[in-house]
Amino acid sequence: MSMRFRILKNIIKQGFQGMWRNKGMGLASVTSITAVLVILGLILIMILSLNNVVIDTQAKFDEIQIFLQDDITEEQFKRIEDEVKNRQEVLSAVYQSKEEALETWKEEWGDEGYLLEGLEPNPLPNTLIIKLRDIEYADKVVDSIEGLQGIEEIQYNQDIIDKLVTFANYARAGGLVIVGILLLVSIFIISNTIKLTVTARKREIGIMKYVGATNGYIRGPFIIEGLLFGVIGAIVSILIVNFGYGYLFNILNDRLYVLFTVYLISPTTLIKDISIIFIAIGAGIGALGSLVSLKRFLNV
Amino acid sequence: MIKFVDITKEYKNGVIALSKVNLSIAKGEFVFLVGPSGAGKSTLIKLLLKEENPTHGRIYLHNTDITKVKNRKIPFIRRNVGVVFQDFRLLPNKTVYENIAFAMEIIGAHPKDIRRNIPMVLSMVNLSKKAYNYPNQLSGGEHQRVAIARAIVNSPPVLIADEPTGNLDPETAWDIMKVLRDINRRGTTVLMATHAKDIVDVMKKRVIEIEKGEIVRDEEKGVYEHEISNT
Repeated sequence: MSMRFRILKNIIKQGFQGMWRNKGMGLASVTSITAVLVILGLILIMILSLNNVVIDTQAKFDEIQIFLQDDITEEQFKRIEDEVKNRQEVLSAVYQSKEEALETWKEEWGDEGYLLEGLEPNPLPNTLIIKLRDIEYADKVVDSIEGLQGIEEIQYNQDIIDKLVTFANYARAGGLVIVGILLLVSIFIISNTIKLTVTARKREIGIMKYVGATNGYIRGPFIIEGLLFGVIGAIVSILIVNFGYGYLFNILNDRLYVLFTVYLISPTTLIKDISIIFIAIGAGIGALGSLVSLKRFLNV
Repeated sequence: MIKFVDITKEYKNGVIALSKVNLSIAKGEFVFLVGPSGAGKSTLIKLLLKEENPTHGRIYLHNTDITKVKNRKIPFIRRNVGVVFQDFRLLPNKTVYENIAFAMEIIGAHPKDIRRNIPMVLSMVNLSKKAYNYPNQLSGGEHQRVAIARAIVNSPPVLIADEPTGNLDPETAWDIMKVLRDINRRGTTVLMATHAKDIVDVMKKRVIEIEKGEIVRDEEKGVYEHEISNT
């Protein structure tokens, strides 16, 4: 074992000892980190789910849906189709029969698709689905076909997308601000916890300095102590978010709020993502909190 | 070994603790630093430990100008200077053995060296039997002997003792002096700040006297000379 390695081993050992000695106050740190990360988890779930909604909506409203009257004539349909296909803003125009529409819907609902069985008469209209180069051209295209015969309704909703995107942006920003504030609060709590240990061991630190301990050697154990509190907090919060969200997700699913859970990010995807993020943030907060509290004690 | 060149130390509050001090201590010397309280003895020691930096002048330790050493490197200077204080400064929650081992662990000493060196220094200070006692089970003299053992366990070339007998009764003080003399005989340079007249007078070592920040006397085999009323 090299000298450096032994020193490192000592530092780590002392970090663990410090954590154990300081477990009472440490509980406060762990709790605060856990709370912050759980809230962060909720905000993440919200943001990710909102993203799903936005992406899905964008995909849906990226098109103009022309609902056709059930009694539309061949001629009327040809007229509409020609008008649309001749415009250069239009990428494609696809006809979807009411039977196809129902099938697609069933597929989207997945396991719960059986609920749509036996929906008679099929309430969905025959539709001409128009994809545009850009949703911006929607007004122009709609203007040109409006008033043609055989059209039940034209659905295109740029407004909805705009509003949704704006809302999602605000929600994201708001979430990040809240998380930012909470992170600062927990750094503060950790730094206070560590400050208590440092103060309690001021004498020891003084002696360490006289016998020639480097700042790194003195600082190391405290940073590891903070880091450990952070990681423990992260693990607890991962468990809470994982089981809590999984539980909630299942309840929603069981109660058939499928429309809702379709957009929610699945618990299994979530756990993978947040585990790494949480551990990194927890460790970061812990180490940073220690560093903040140690700054003053290093000058002799 | 130790050389002060034209050292002046003025504190931020305007107090001039040392003024144009020139001083040279050779390897293996035993030097008493005497003078009234507030004369500048502590400042001189603080400068050697680089706890303070001089306002002016240079300090050489081992041919290194320590006034130019960066803060990051201070610990490495201190490893060359063992130090003992009047108030012992032991860690109460560690045994005698652990208190000493601690000084070796921080420099990453090999466990084998730790196991070998500690019994050695403990026998040098006559404390072999108390290795597993805690500080609160020791007498004042024993405290100081642990502190000395800790100061020399990494074999620093210089040992600084800041009034090491100040808290001890005369008989115990003499035990400490014997230990320090033994350490000095093994080649360690010893610099001891003290108010103990009888010790200085009997030891007949080099005496440097400071008064109001200046060296007023520096003589071989000196005596304490001045009566101090306020110690």
